[in-house]
Amino acid sequence: MLEIKALTCIKQDRCLFESLNFSLLPGQIMQVEGPNGAGKTSLLRIISGFSRPDEGNVLFNNQNVTDDYDSFAESLLFIGHKTGVNLQLNAYENIQHWLGVHSYQCDKDEIYRLLGKLGLVGLEDVPVRTLSAGQQRRVALVRLWLNQAKLWILDEPFTALDKCGVAMLQSRFQEHLDGGGSILLTTHQDLTSSFDSLQTLVLEYRH
Amino acid sequence: MQASNSYWTLFCNVYRKDVTLAFRQRAEIVNPLLFFLIVITLFPLAIGPEPALLARMAPGIIWVAALLSTMLGLDKIFRDDFMDGSLEQLIASPYPLSLAVLAKVAAHWTTAGLPMVVMAPVFALLMNLESQALSATVLTLLIGTPLLSFIGAIGAGLTVGLQKGGILMSLLVLPLYIPVLIFATSAIDTSIMSLAYSGQLAILGAMLAVAFVAAPIAISSALRVSVS
Repeated sequence: MLEIKALTCIKQDRCLFESLNFSLLPGQIMQVEGPNGAGKTSLLRIISGFSRPDEGNVLFNNQNVTDDYDSFAESLLFIGHKTGVNLQLNAYENIQHWLGVHSYQCDKDEIYRLLGKLGLVGLEDVPVRTLSAGQQRRVALVRLWLNQAKLWILDEPFTALDKCGVAMLQSRFQEHLDGGGSILLTTHQDLTSSFDSLQTLVLEYRH
Repeated sequence: MQASNSYWTLFCNVYRKDVTLAFRQRAEIVNPLLFFLIVITLFPLAIGPEPALLARMAPGIIWVAALLSTMLGLDKIFRDDFMDGSLEQLIASPYPLSLAVLAKVAAHWTTAGLPMVVMAPVFALLMNLESQALSATVLTLLIGTPLLSFIGAIGAGLTVGLQKGGILMSLLVLPLYIPVLIFATSAIDTSIMSLAYSGQLAILGAMLAVAFVAAPIAISSALRVSVS
């Protein structure tokens, strides 16, 4: 499904990675590992189409993602370091806005049910800035239950989450993989559940 | 959960978010308007309250004040979305980015430009502007302020990723405002002489039409560069 061909990224005269090749098939999950500054986030941003690689191509269903970005975006769910949650709006408004931007629809009861499932009962209509870091992250992660994207690209999704949250997220990963989706994520912790299809990509810090 | 495929939904969503945020932080709407009023009241204090002189200078002063107070809110158009990652989510949406940008510019105009259009006749009286020029003032502002929002958003998009982009943005944008200023003040001057000013309005309208089509594309390219 996703194919990375000879990808090279150079930042401030430092080569982050060179001629990187890998592919990700439906039902597969790949964890990108490496020390701080190794280029994990840069790799994820290039694959998501936010930055251009210095060399190489990112192919999705055998098509270069930059050729028809809007149709690639339909199959993509990206949650980065900056989660895209507005701190002035409340959790419900944030989710409604995100759904509208991504051409999804969902009724109010379902959103409230999901917020409850993620431990945000009673916090649906307070501004997100008053929530804790982990709760803010949970507001962003509700999207994992509300999308039809095939490819999930998640940059450090477990940041600030408690153990129970991490476990819930991983069980959602398994559901997504069982449904033929694929996941590309960076994380410093090892995944606690065992995924049959787990691949690991290690990026070295290059001087 | 189902997919709803409508550009209108996207436009409304983005527009509603920005307008909601502006109304929650009311200072965002009120401050540019107060700035507009203060700049206008400074002039009689500085050059003297002679009615004939003020009336002669009124079109220029009102429009320069409008330019400057539009600049105040421009920095905010994309700043918050850039900081919290919403901009990336807009780019990674299956809809064209230029449509979301159009909605954001429309929201900026609603909260920054429209209040000025509404208050302009009152402020014009402060400047002793002749009554036959009032409609020209309102009409030029009505056509001109969306144009200011469009042009300004290009500058805001280009500088959103910079640490201190505000001043650079003013330097980029203010020269581009000059044609708008020339035709708008010329229209008001003409109306003071009781002549037809439809020519100047038509040129402003033509500029707005071009900006409506071209600016969202330019702004979305600028944002893509800023995000990468």
